[in-house]
Amino acid sequence: MANLKEMATRESRLTGGHRLCSGCGAPVVVKQILAGTKKPVVVGAATGCLEVGTTIYPYTAWKTPFIHSAFENSAATMSGVETAYRAMKKKGAIEEDVKFVVFAGDGGSYDIGFQSLSGAMERGHNLVYVVYDNEAYMNTGVQRSSSTPLGAATTTSPAGKKMAAKSRPKKDLTSIMVAHNIPYVAQVSPSHWSDTVRKAEKAFEQDGPAFINAMSPCPLGWPHEADQTIELAKLAVDTCYWPLFEVENGEWRLTYKPKKKRPLTDWLELQGRFKHLFKPENKHIIDQLQASVDQKWEALLDKTGRK
Amino acid sequence: MAIADNLRGQKRAAMTGNEAVAYGMKQIEPDVVAAYPITPQTDIVEKFSSYVADGEVDTEFVTVESEHSAMSATVGAAAAGVRAMTATSSNGLAFMWEVVYIASGSRLPIVMPVVNRALSGPINIHCDHSDTMGTRDSGWIQLYSESAQEAYDNLIQAVRIAEHPDVRLPVMVMQDGFITSHGMENLNVLEDDLVKKFIGTFKSENPLLQVNKPTTFGPLDLQDFYFEHKRQQVEGMEHAKKVIVDIAKEYEELTGRQYSYFESYRLDDAEVAIVVLSSTAGTTKVVVDELREQGLKVGLLKPRVLRPFPAEEYADALKHLKAVAVMDRSETFSTNGGPVFSELRSAMFELEERPLMTNYIFGLGGRDIWTKDIKGVYEDLFEIAKTGQVKNKVNYLGVRD
Repeated sequence: MANLKEMATRESRLTGGHRLCSGCGAPVVVKQILAGTKKPVVVGAATGCLEVGTTIYPYTAWKTPFIHSAFENSAATMSGVETAYRAMKKKGAIEEDVKFVVFAGDGGSYDIGFQSLSGAMERGHNLVYVVYDNEAYMNTGVQRSSSTPLGAATTTSPAGKKMAAKSRPKKDLTSIMVAHNIPYVAQVSPSHWSDTVRKAEKAFEQDGPAFINAMSPCPLGWPHEADQTIELAKLAVDTCYWPLFEVENGEWRLTYKPKKKRPLTDWLELQGRFKHLFKPENKHIIDQLQASVDQKWEALLDKTGRK
Repeated sequence: MAIADNLRGQKRAAMTGNEAVAYGMKQIEPDVVAAYPITPQTDIVEKFSSYVADGEVDTEFVTVESEHSAMSATVGAAAAGVRAMTATSSNGLAFMWEVVYIASGSRLPIVMPVVNRALSGPINIHCDHSDTMGTRDSGWIQLYSESAQEAYDNLIQAVRIAEHPDVRLPVMVMQDGFITSHGMENLNVLEDDLVKKFIGTFKSENPLLQVNKPTTFGPLDLQDFYFEHKRQQVEGMEHAKKVIVDIAKEYEELTGRQYSYFESYRLDDAEVAIVVLSSTAGTTKVVVDELREQGLKVGLLKPRVLRPFPAEEYADALKHLKAVAVMDRSETFSTNGGPVFSELRSAMFELEERPLMTNYIFGLGGRDIWTKDIKGVYEDLFEIAKTGQVKNKVNYLGVRD
């Protein structure tokens, strides 16, 4: 892997001047992932903050071929692009070794784009699919998705008088992707850039589909201060809420083990969406969340042989 | 499928409508096909899969998990810069809907055979035109075919129309579900090399897969530019009117088969006429011939091109008639008539003297249409012509009341 000094000299394929919120996790994720290949790369995106914020006609922040078509079909669209590339390659119509990557939010991946994603992974297209998971529909103003964690308040799962925000736990999309038996699946966090870049490198070099799920804090929706993005991403890892691991050809590997597992409340208390959980009557929800993190972490240690 | 040798680069073959379309696709040999099976289109994807499996085509076939992904992958491939096709029917087309608009809005020259079938619900697998009539405002060029021969011929021409630099719009090529798609027919197909020569190679103007010239596809297009882009799309449609005719002429030179916006059948000296699409036009021709034997001046106009809608040409072809019945194989539920009727009636508005017009909704969900039904329509037309009165603007033909 290239060192930070060398990577800093590379031209970024997502330039500044885009209109994403300050503190948005998505462009940080994009830059770290794209640092994982020096080869030409075609970027696809689902409708969402990233697409809307980077491609307002007649401007574009992309210095690399980019395609967006709709919300739920980014994987299918890119599978068509990648297939066209193979057709061209076969006929000698293109010489370069081109890589393909899709960036989609949790709404476009866990929910509305789930089928399209599953289909593309099953068909074995040579592409990397990256979720920037900010745990709600942020582009439309913070509505719950199936990635929204239990107890988080959104505009469609508000902390009301009768209901304490989202009543269902977060869907485990990373495991569902592992169950597709694709060559490479990983979880990353922008707080751990070298881990992310190394995983992106691996993902780009697979012969077949790769899936990366990236934690992506959202100052608008969680909400938090713009300068807390990386801190919150790091806390998600250090509380073991968002463990960093990879599954390469079926083999599970933990890529980072926090020296000290911090209590989940360290992460929760910095975010407005969990504020109501700190009322005494909602303590049981925090207990439930912590129990779920503990149980999953133990299971992961088990799967990765780190127990 | 039996193919017999014939002269002038054509072969006589017995094929169903679906086989004819699959055979045409084989000859076009797109770089990418992404398709999903649906009755009654399934034979097309099956047949094409076997061409791929046997190495008869060099096409990359994407076995997508839905029609939504079929159109999405086709959009991706076409944007990438290659020739890309898909095929569907009915609910499959409905499921694609969102991306159907994205294909035309992105000016991608995709060609899609559609085997017309009733839309759910209730679910029904047989022919009517509710599926493609719903997409008539989606910015696709629409060509309707009476027979397997026409479905084949329209398909080959569609490639040229879609890819024409003045047009750059996707094209749907329709045939009637089961009636045409599963009916065996004798037709003339071109030799492979003649098709290849006729369609030429596709050169995308701004391919996505041009790594040294990065292009952004599908940007957010707001109040300041969206309208201009839609206006340009209309311009593409306006150009298509000329291109469709030019390409038909070229195709006629190659095959001897004549195409235009529509087919006029014994229409020039007719007093009354029926306007009807696709396979029912074949049935109507039989009735026209029978009634002509009896000395009745009846005619038929069979639309081929519904998008763009050559309104003046349609009006010109019908203006001399006393009465016209438009037969629609789909409903608009406007309570003001079917889609073809509404548009054609509007096209007649500028005429100083207009024929009296009436509408018949027929054949929904595959309900058979008989020659006796069509004879009844001509009888009604003579009555209208005689009395000068249209008793019912909208009639339902062959339905139990």
